[in-house]
Amino acid sequence: MASSIRVDNIYAGYGSVRVLHNVSLNVAPRETVTLLGTNGNGKSTLIKTIMGVVRPTSGRIVATIDGKDYDLIGKETEEIIDLGVALVPEGRRLFPRLTVEENLLLGAYRPTARARLKDNMAYCYEAFPRLAERRSQLAGTMSGGEQQMLALGRALMSAPSILIVDEPSVGLAPLFVSRTIDMIAQLKERYHLTVLMAEQNFTQAMRIADKGYVIVHGEIAFRGDSPEEMQRSDLIRQHYLGM
Amino acid sequence: MSNGRFILFACLVGVALVAASMFVTNEYYVFAAYFVLQYVVLATAWNILGGYVGYVNFGTTAFLAIGLYSAAALNKWLDLPIPALIPIAGVLCGAVGLVMGYLTIRLRGVYFTIATLALSVVVQTFITNWDYVGGSRGLYVMRPSEVPVFGSYVAYLFFLMTVLAVAAVVTARAIERSTFGFGLAAIRDDETAAAASGVPVLRLKLVAAAISGGLMGMAGAPLPFYLTYVEPTSSFSLAYTVNSVAMPLVGGTTSWIGPVIGAVLLGTMQQAMTVLISSSVNLLVVGLLLVIFVIAAPNGILGLIRSKGGKKPDPETNPLAAMLVTEKRSSQ
Repeated sequence: MASSIRVDNIYAGYGSVRVLHNVSLNVAPRETVTLLGTNGNGKSTLIKTIMGVVRPTSGRIVATIDGKDYDLIGKETEEIIDLGVALVPEGRRLFPRLTVEENLLLGAYRPTARARLKDNMAYCYEAFPRLAERRSQLAGTMSGGEQQMLALGRALMSAPSILIVDEPSVGLAPLFVSRTIDMIAQLKERYHLTVLMAEQNFTQAMRIADKGYVIVHGEIAFRGDSPEEMQRSDLIRQHYLGM
Repeated sequence: MSNGRFILFACLVGVALVAASMFVTNEYYVFAAYFVLQYVVLATAWNILGGYVGYVNFGTTAFLAIGLYSAAALNKWLDLPIPALIPIAGVLCGAVGLVMGYLTIRLRGVYFTIATLALSVVVQTFITNWDYVGGSRGLYVMRPSEVPVFGSYVAYLFFLMTVLAVAAVVTARAIERSTFGFGLAAIRDDETAAAASGVPVLRLKLVAAAISGGLMGMAGAPLPFYLTYVEPTSSFSLAYTVNSVAMPLVGGTTSWIGPVIGAVLLGTMQQAMTVLISSSVNLLVVGLLLVIFVIAAPNGILGLIRSKGGKKPDPETNPLAAMLVTEKRSSQ
């Protein structure tokens, strides 16, 4: 059964610095939703809040997994991962001195994921044959695009139903950006994932998104329920397309 | 080598050490060996937090002194024997480690180190003003000159410290090869990435801090009986802190054997220098060695050996990889 995630009226920040103001968004089952915004507008903070790293001051975050609702606020990151929410952190955050396979094994750190370790490993190598070829190579010695594959693969190791990707295009060559975006779309189809992707690259993100939100200074400034609606938005035309 | 076999091996080494100590006629050597073994425990304990998780703790003296003074105080109050004092000191220092970890867990790098240094100062101030254990005047600890089975009291203390050293090394090695240890290594490499992979970062760090502190406290429990006189200035000697950092760094921090090599090497050297030159050159030489190693061999003696052999991921040392292997086997 498909999963969804719903963020309602979240306020969050770091100490006295308030970053998110009344942010709400909804990722329906099997949808790819993109969260657009330039640096410093709160994309990563929202993702950290969903993953339990940042505690919000008010608001609700509910994940619906296999028809059951789970309140994510107050849960530890590892408990959220146990529910089937996986994160591909910004800048990939691999373990550069570990091999590809060891990085993947770490993705299965949770006892729930360890129980299906072999299946998930096969699943990962099937999705990324390149990783299978390089299983004993040190992660830090691979190209940016391959590292992004590994970061995606590591997230898949916990067999998630919701995949959260924070800025997959960061630090990648343009060719790898579009490949990475394609990979996310393929993974979503193949493994019936629900995807929330924060991105700065509007054109690339909109290739695969069903829906999009634009976050400006910690507030949702625009919501587009279809790619067409996003393209037509004045805000987006101004900020991203330079028109 | 499996954990079970290693325990057997470590116990045999322990038995051999104790047996050898029985044949030594000059008691000074047993005294010196106790000193070295105490550092095996301290360095191994330090390495669980400092080496495996990468949190440099400058509070060794605080834990050692809490172990030492709790043993001295409980001995004065209830006249408990050392084998009962050791676990009490361990639990107490484990709790202190847990609380310290909880209070300082948001601090990383040098900020964490400063906080642990502050802990030593706080504990020292507290003990200096604690009249029951003599405050700054110090406290004499009476010990019988003869004990059954072991004969001399020094031999008995040496036996206890050997048991502790074996326990510490076995614990460290078991941690290193468990998923717990793998999680700790992930935290050391990249805390954010570890959290994103589902490693329970906070809990693992707290457990490591508690185990590390507990072992240090246990090493301190027999110390009042070894010294027979305890007072704050020498109990909080900088030497304990510097040595317990230097020994793992010189030996190598990534494996249990590193702190053991470092402790045996530096500990023996210091004892030899105390006798041959003077006790005040000890720290000077340790400092020099530390500088040399940081420059020439940042991964310690272990790093020097490993870089020649080349490192290959091994299912025996990598618990998750080991699981994959056993799963493959069982599915065939």
